[in-house]
Amino acid sequence: MKYTIEPLGDNSLIIELGQDMSHEIQQKVKKVSSFFEEHAFDWVIETVPGFTTVAVFYDPLRIETTSLPYDEVCKFLEPLLEKLEVDDHTQPRVVEIPVCYGGEFGPDLEEVAKHNGLTEDEVIDIHSNGEYTVYMIGFAPGFPYIGGMSEKIAAPRRSNPRLKIPAGSVGIAGKQTGVYPIETPGGWQLIGKTPEKLFTPEGETPSLLQAGDQIKFVPISEEEFQKYEEDAK
Amino acid sequence: MIKITKPGLLTSVQDLGRYGFQKYGVITSGVMDTTAHRIANSLVGNDENEATLELTLLGPDMEFHEDTLIAICGGNLSPSIDGKPVKLWRSVLVSAGSKLKFGGCKTGCRAYLAVAGGFNVPEVMNSKSTYLRAGIGGHNGKALQNDDELSIGKPSELSEKITKVLAAKRGENKFVEMQWTISSDFISSSASKPQVRVMKGRQYDWFTTESQMKLFTEHFEVTSQSDRMGYRLKGPQLELQEKQEMLSEAVSFGTIQVPSEGNPIVLLADRQTTGGYPKIGQIATVDLSIMAQLKPGDKVQFVEVSHEVAQQLYLDREKKLHQLKQGIALKIRQESK
Repeated sequence: MKYTIEPLGDNSLIIELGQDMSHEIQQKVKKVSSFFEEHAFDWVIETVPGFTTVAVFYDPLRIETTSLPYDEVCKFLEPLLEKLEVDDHTQPRVVEIPVCYGGEFGPDLEEVAKHNGLTEDEVIDIHSNGEYTVYMIGFAPGFPYIGGMSEKIAAPRRSNPRLKIPAGSVGIAGKQTGVYPIETPGGWQLIGKTPEKLFTPEGETPSLLQAGDQIKFVPISEEEFQKYEEDAK
Repeated sequence: MIKITKPGLLTSVQDLGRYGFQKYGVITSGVMDTTAHRIANSLVGNDENEATLELTLLGPDMEFHEDTLIAICGGNLSPSIDGKPVKLWRSVLVSAGSKLKFGGCKTGCRAYLAVAGGFNVPEVMNSKSTYLRAGIGGHNGKALQNDDELSIGKPSELSEKITKVLAAKRGENKFVEMQWTISSDFISSSASKPQVRVMKGRQYDWFTTESQMKLFTEHFEVTSQSDRMGYRLKGPQLELQEKQEMLSEAVSFGTIQVPSEGNPIVLLADRQTTGGYPKIGQIATVDLSIMAQLKPGDKVQFVEVSHEVAQQLYLDREKKLHQLKQGIALKIRQESK
């Protein structure tokens, strides 16, 4: 695998696997991330995947060396990373996210439809039939950076951002789509809401999604939304 | 038990941070000045990751409902017990019923209050740190409020020994301080324009030669738009050679990023996990405590340091902190004989 290693700080480094946002590089990021998960080296504190990078936070005191810990880490990682190959057989995890589109849950659906010269049903149809990849989690706990939305339903951010976007809201901003895991201010066009919790601090893994996952948005009715929330109680 | 009778400007429970969950977008949180926090814990016989109270600019008032061994380190927010000033950077035994108050901020920006045994708050994702924005960790996920009550954990064997040494000297006093304190090497300087060592960031080369030079020759001022997430600085504008977009990637404590308007932002304890602005620099870990003690209006000068030197400085500092901890334990053992 082709890569470069550079320090991020004196306790962290970044492995860069390419320059552009693409499926191929995403696969490499995923491979390198799982390499660290599988090995759980005791000097590694944690790893953080980006669009084209994997950052490694480490403890220099846990690296036995007469030279610089960073040099020792590079010397150790280089042959291992070179040997890594993306395995085409591994199937990505597919996570279904139920979405109740429009109405009070998606107050901007009409706006998005109008902007693109479509009907509301057509927007829902295009949004829920897309193939989406989670590139990374960042910005807020459990917030997915998602790639793969059709440009046919792209819409500019609201000129007047909302002060409060409820947790679970599904929105569109430019050519991106995403789901807000916690209540936050924001300018995205809201087209629906999911009853699924994307961030559960008490859970073993606090985020429903992780980098590399494929997402399917599944339309549900308001009754199904209510039932879903009841069942979760 | 400690009862808060006035909350102060921003008082929160913090430990050394929440690690292992950044890949899920969960920020590390944790104390801003790790050195002051670690020394405060050492002075009361705690593990250095035990939670302390981080007090900001205007400290809180509180009552002690039992005899408590404490230490206050970091910025000088003028602490006093029942009207009598208390010294910083020392072990202090406080009697039940005493009231601890903080006056004005004399030096620094944040003080750390450690109590022997630590605070009994539940761990969320392996940490007691308060994650203010998500409302989790610490005491109910929030900054401390009026009438909040914090219960205290079981003191360690070393804590008991320190308490015994001090109790013998207390007499009728409301509190008693240890005679000795720690070496001034560990106390962040209170120079008017402190120097902070900075490594070149990953996108340093994207900036104009002039901007690169200005970063290391001119002064920057901490603006009022600064908090635990980051300090927005005012000074010379830093410009890219050409407009260039980057894809978001991990950032770290002390990353200096520059948004397009040209004013640098230093990312701190409550930083987001990832960022998409070019990184012109990265503060050396050993100097993060100096940065964390700056308050709005303070000026700072960045001095270039290589990555190699920064890592070596880190190793040397850790060695000294380790020796300090051992030194404290040894001194207590001698005195309690």
